[in-house]
Amino acid sequence: MAKFKKAVPQYRRYTRSKAGNVMYFAILFLAGAFTILPLIYCIITSFKPLDELLIFPPRFFVQRPTLNNYLALPSLLSKIKIPISRYFFNSLFVAIAGTVLHIIVASLAAFGFSKSKVKGRTALFWVVQIMLLYNSITLAIPRYFIYTKLHMIDTYWVYILPAIPSATGCFLMKQYMDVSVPDVLMEAAKIDGASVRKIYASVIMPILKPAWMTMLLLSFQEMWTIIPQGTIFSEQLKTLPQVMSSISAGGIARSGSAMAVTVLLMIPPIIVFLFSQSNVMETMSTSGIKE
Amino acid sequence: MKRDLKAKRKGITREDISYYAVMAPFLIFFFVFNILPVLASMVLSFFDYDMVSKPIFTGLENYSRMFSSDSVFLTVLGNTLRFSIVAGPISFLLAFLLAWMINEFSRTVRVILTFIFYAPALVGNAYFIWQVFFSGDSYGYLNNFLISFGFITEPINWFQNTSYNMTIIIIVQLWMSMGVSFLANIAGLQNVSTELYEAAAIDGVRTRWHELWYVTLPSMKSILLFSSVMQIQAVFSVSAVITTLAGYPSVNNSVDVLVSYISDIGTARYEMGYASALSIFLFFMVLAFRFGIGALLNLVGKSDR
Repeated sequence: MAKFKKAVPQYRRYTRSKAGNVMYFAILFLAGAFTILPLIYCIITSFKPLDELLIFPPRFFVQRPTLNNYLALPSLLSKIKIPISRYFFNSLFVAIAGTVLHIIVASLAAFGFSKSKVKGRTALFWVVQIMLLYNSITLAIPRYFIYTKLHMIDTYWVYILPAIPSATGCFLMKQYMDVSVPDVLMEAAKIDGASVRKIYASVIMPILKPAWMTMLLLSFQEMWTIIPQGTIFSEQLKTLPQVMSSISAGGIARSGSAMAVTVLLMIPPIIVFLFSQSNVMETMSTSGIKE
Repeated sequence: MKRDLKAKRKGITREDISYYAVMAPFLIFFFVFNILPVLASMVLSFFDYDMVSKPIFTGLENYSRMFSSDSVFLTVLGNTLRFSIVAGPISFLLAFLLAWMINEFSRTVRVILTFIFYAPALVGNAYFIWQVFFSGDSYGYLNNFLISFGFITEPINWFQNTSYNMTIIIIVQLWMSMGVSFLANIAGLQNVSTELYEAAAIDGVRTRWHELWYVTLPSMKSILLFSSVMQIQAVFSVSAVITTLAGYPSVNNSVDVLVSYISDIGTARYEMGYASALSIFLFFMVLAFRFGIGALLNLVGKSDR
């Protein structure tokens, strides 16, 4: 027995040298500090009273935390006659509407791409894969013609409709289905005489939760942060990120309020991520592009 | 069964029709908002069009204008390439390296570290925090720090200074570049089968670097391709970060990139024909990068002997 063990060495992870260990944790620590400290600083600053914002030299921590920056937000924006709650509503409305429609429409298409044998599906999916390279910013001008032809300029549609056929969501859902919905399952349901619609509703849908959560995270996060260029002019249709810039343009005295808006903007995506992260990881493991 | 056979001979089964039906909404929207815009731009790129008067056919003039008489375009193209060729590969490598490094931690620690690295990309609009850090007056953190330690005597106007602003923009972009590709890498690494590692150990792989090159990377190839596609998408669509921090146009156009320039030509100056030509140029440039990198990734894990 002992001899056998020697012949087939027990697998183990390689150990690092001491210097390697120091390097390893140093890199992780520095990278982590680099990514998270600015955000923490932003949160801290949003609680600073005015005199601490103006203090010289600037300090990292807050001495006497206050909610004034948050409470000042409504009056800060009152000059433009639109209450801040309207921007918040707009942001939430377009993000939720766009995300829900995207999830429904794109996952149905992914079902076809993954499980059907219809003609042209390979070519079409190849096109979807190519469109992964472009987003609403790269396609802004080409889409502008469509917006004007469809009279979508300066309406909510400009936010919502282009988000529906997002390639990333459809792609990830299709890749996930390829792996996690076995063809045997489909065959079994077909032999039972179930229609495509029935198979989707009763067999496929329950398996898809991880991929749905992923589409939810990616779509919501994109819609929540997007600033459409040159397509929204009415103040009552603008979203929070768009007012952000007008607040932060107010200089250092306004920086407390700007930080407060940023913190408000951070909260929804973070909540969505915390809820979806384990599902997202499950989906992402199937995200590879095979060539 | 008989009916099925009959249908097969006709080419399209009832099942196929239901599949087309479920795919139709997506395909229609996809055509209208992704394909049609590109096709329309291709056509309009041969015209002079200001959105008001009728388009005038000008042949290839828009394309020749880019390289013969538009010096701003050449500057902006140079910036775009400089920015993407530095920020793109670094963000791609970092997204893999960090994912690889946190891969060996326990689940909880991994989730926390994932959140920490992913946070800037997740919250999206927080980049303006860097305005405070790199602020041009002596209130700016970096200026303050450098002055109090005697490195400089006068505050540096970071975003207006052409020898620093590109580097700073790249740093800010890297800060928020651990996005989808980073998540895909973490998930992919978790799924590399341990049997592969065991087999490799038996076959004589002795160091972590060998293991990385001969086992991990080859099994991650398709994820890496997805990851590179996502980073290409990100790096060529960076615009708001730059225009917020450095303004548009920036000093001597030193950090302006193609997407900002296209949007300026199109939605501010209404030179839609020219903006279309620029968009099409960008479209094919991105495509070229995508397939170039696809070919490069094919070399991964190949023996160098």
